[in-house]
Amino acid sequence: MTQIRNFCIIAHIDHGKSTLADRFIQKAGLADERTFRDQILDNMDIERERGITIKSQSVNLPYRSSKGEEFELNLIDTPGHVDFSYEVSRALASCEGALLLVDATQGVEAQTLANLYAAMEHNLTIIPVINKIDLASADIDRTREQIEIDLGLDSSSALLCSAKEGTGVDAVMDAITEMIPPPSGSPDEPLKALIFDAHYDNFRGTIVTCRVFAGKLKAGDIIKLMALGTTHKVEEVGVFRLKRDARAVLSAGEVGYIIAGIKTVKDTRIGDTVTLASNPAPEPLPGFMEVKPVVFSSIYPVSSDDYRSLADAMEKYQLNDAALTFQKDSSAALGLGFRCGFLGLLHLEIFQERLEREFDQSIIMTVPTVMYKIVLNSGETLHVDNPLYYPDPVNIKESLEPFIRTRILIPDKYMGAVMELCLSRRGVNSRFSYPTPGRIEIQFEMPLSEVIYDFYDRLKSTTQGYGSFDYDILDYRKSDLVKLDILVNGEKVDALSQIVHKDRARERAVHVCDRLKDEIPRHLFKVPIQGALGGTIIARSTISPFRKDVTAKCYGGDITRKRKLLEKQKKGKKKMKMIGSVSIPQSAFVAVFKTDEKEK
Amino acid sequence: MSSRFLPETCPAFDSIHLGGGTPSLLAGEYLAEILDCLRSCFRIGDNCETAIEADPLDITDEKAAFLKAAGFTRVVVGAQSFDERVISFLGRRHRAKDSIAAVNVLRDAGIENIGLDLIYGAEGLPVSAWISDLDEAVSLSPEHISCYCLTVEDGTVFGRLASKGRLKVSSAEAERELFLAGSRFLRDKGYIHYEVSNFASAERHMSGHNLKYWRREPYLGLGPSAHSFDGGRRWWNKRTVRGYCESLEAGDLPLQGMEHLTEEQSALEMIAMGLRIRVGFKLDEVILPWIDQQGVDAMLAQGLISCAGRIIAPTVEGYLFADRLPLEITK
Ligand SMILES: Nc1nc2c(ncn2[C@@H]2O[C@H](COP(=O)(O)OP(=O)(O)OP(=O)(O)O)[C@@H](O)[C@H]2O)c(=O)[nH]1
Ligand SMILES: [Mg+2]
Repeated sequence: MTQIRNFCIIAHIDHGKSTLADRFIQKAGLADERTFRDQILDNMDIERERGITIKSQSVNLPYRSSKGEEFELNLIDTPGHVDFSYEVSRALASCEGALLLVDATQGVEAQTLANLYAAMEHNLTIIPVINKIDLASADIDRTREQIEIDLGLDSSSALLCSAKEGTGVDAVMDAITEMIPPPSGSPDEPLKALIFDAHYDNFRGTIVTCRVFAGKLKAGDIIKLMALGTTHKVEEVGVFRLKRDARAVLSAGEVGYIIAGIKTVKDTRIGDTVTLASNPAPEPLPGFMEVKPVVFSSIYPVSSDDYRSLADAMEKYQLNDAALTFQKDSSAALGLGFRCGFLGLLHLEIFQERLEREFDQSIIMTVPTVMYKIVLNSGETLHVDNPLYYPDPVNIKESLEPFIRTRILIPDKYMGAVMELCLSRRGVNSRFSYPTPGRIEIQFEMPLSEVIYDFYDRLKSTTQGYGSFDYDILDYRKSDLVKLDILVNGEKVDALSQIVHKDRARERAVHVCDRLKDEIPRHLFKVPIQGALGGTIIARSTISPFRKDVTAKCYGGDITRKRKLLEKQKKGKKKMKMIGSVSIPQSAFVAVFKTDEKEK
Repeated sequence: MSSRFLPETCPAFDSIHLGGGTPSLLAGEYLAEILDCLRSCFRIGDNCETAIEADPLDITDEKAAFLKAAGFTRVVVGAQSFDERVISFLGRRHRAKDSIAAVNVLRDAGIENIGLDLIYGAEGLPVSAWISDLDEAVSLSPEHISCYCLTVEDGTVFGRLASKGRLKVSSAEAERELFLAGSRFLRDKGYIHYEVSNFASAERHMSGHNLKYWRREPYLGLGPSAHSFDGGRRWWNKRTVRGYCESLEAGDLPLQGMEHLTEEQSALEMIAMGLRIRVGFKLDEVILPWIDQQGVDAMLAQGLISCAGRIIAPTVEGYLFADRLPLEITK
């Protein structure tokens, strides 16, 4: 056990975590030339397409140090985007140390700070690493200064490396073995293993990823999952070496997986403790902080018949995404579905895409909202995160919306543009600090609802990619809210309703009407789209009808082609939702909360 | 070759159609030879409609007499238009007077069913120009008139011209007006608007051959890229003359592809084709399972189809949506 090191790589998005992990994996000889590809741990299609890490991944690396000592390193690569911070926090709980990567061309950014604080809370040994030193624009001295001042770390301990070219990687690996302490905990105590991730395999049931803190476990043991008290017989234990690699035992200090024929998805809880039924631990490990979703949206199956299958998929999905919360929901327009909570808009987007791709679900999502507090005349306070349950305005005494404090780090030349952006998003009480020359940190108090749509995209484009931001929830503040309803062909589509600030209602309504106009296909009749507050129409657009749709010639050779086209069109139509006699494509529901290219 | 593969039970052919390109270009002897060959290989019925598509410039006195003698009953003249602006726009070599001459010559030779192919929607010409074009056509008393809306599609010559801005494209709205005005004009003149683009002066002058496509009756196509249908399967020949000939020389059927239609596909075709013709299609047990009654009601309410005695048929307005109606009324 003295030769085991458990550590994770943490950083701001894109600072090179997964690329550094690649180098470690190659040094350990886990991937040969044929199987290797860049960012090998980003194995989901969606990660590769977007070039970002979404899930933490653990991998077990055999390593011989420069002094000739043999080690087993358990590395966890983590995502950098703020929406996946829950992945990071769970990884931290399974490690003794963390490599804190800083991109030498970007310096310290918002998630560098946020992840450092989280690692410090877990009392991890932190090794700062300055990455991308191969680039001409790398500014090592400035980055050192920021590590010293912004992060309060001893910058003389910072290592220099180029994850891309492999320079300095040996020194980083040696530092891991020398500076990070080996795990404590004894294999002779009762078993305590923390489940920090899981996924569902159709053949083998739930496969649990865990860190063993005490005791040991092997195939044939009967384990008990402490939260629900269910017992299962272990079929296989092992470690991840890009693939599952079965081992005879997993003991204290190790990170690995357990397969125990767990077919009931609900039996497994992320954060639960695994122990042995025959010799149980007296109490479970502390587990994880509860996730606090900040963005809410409902999902519905495109075809109501698919509700059961969606429910099943949601449970399996949640196993692999502990940050997702959901409960049942129903809409007049869209039928039975789920109200889901997310950590941000990217989280929501990834959820939707994975659910469609990995679980083959065709779904419709509603406009994301935050959680509002509505005080009624009766004195009762409602927590409303769903426009469906927005009370009748005559009963409302006052409304409150969540405010956040954003910390925005930018090169100072963007200050004017970023100020303007924040003010247009109802930002107040700005504060500035200049952590290092040339850079400015802007703090604003803003309604959360103003950042969940597209704030990050806007910040990025305003600052040519140099801006980063992070936020904390502050409090609830009085606000002037209204419920915006959308009518398509005269029918209210409840799933398109939104709660918005009164001053923003018209703008939102116009946006929605325009987007729906682009997304809803033409019909044989005119389709009016209206945005309404109560009975007052505040925006409208119209989809003009087809004037003709016929090909002039259709003879012997055209019939097959014509039929195939019809079959394709029919398939497309089945994917649409019928609201009255209007078919609305899935994409329309998403488009209403996407930034308009025109507006950018 | 094909005749060897036809089942014994195959009824006699009641229509022969020489089309695709300009078969009229062939010397009369060849045309006669083709017909003779068909007659010797296949069972041909007594009153077989025998039609050919002809370029106006190919119709000489001599050729017309030959066609009559060879047994052609129907000649479709590719007039395109009687408006010189349109003809030259389409890049044709003939002039309006050539089409007029061709019709007269055919008439004199004793051809009883003369058809004219016309194109509208070119050069952004107004409805009035189209109507005078049609008026010119009607003055020749053709038994049949096809009116095709100019189709500008990507990948065609017109598509390329249009994308370069060298072609005045009519808007859907303008095309719609041209269509409706043309239909009204020809119906007033006594023609039956029996298919989206086709008009006949009497029931017996409709293209029996083309009606087979729209009513899903079997047909056999010979020649490169010709399509065939036997009621349950569709197949199509090799596209190139070379590939086609090589197969034949090797003693094989020159097939490029074939499909077996499912019940749903057959029904969908029946519906889609039926919605192009005035007689429509019957809501029988083969079709009914695929029909969406709500959709039918909506289309009835909009006046795009009619429904009487379990027959669904498009209205003239409905012809304009012939590609959309099948989507609206099926499940
Ligand atoms: N030039 C250079 N580029 C690097 C280096 N390390 C990483 N990169 C590049 O930086 C980009 C981001 O690298 P990743 O390893 O995916 O970054 P990450 O920190 O894992 O990103 P997230 O997981 O999305 O937070 C990729 O294009 C890498 O090729 C380096 O040392 N030098
Ligand atoms: Mg990564």
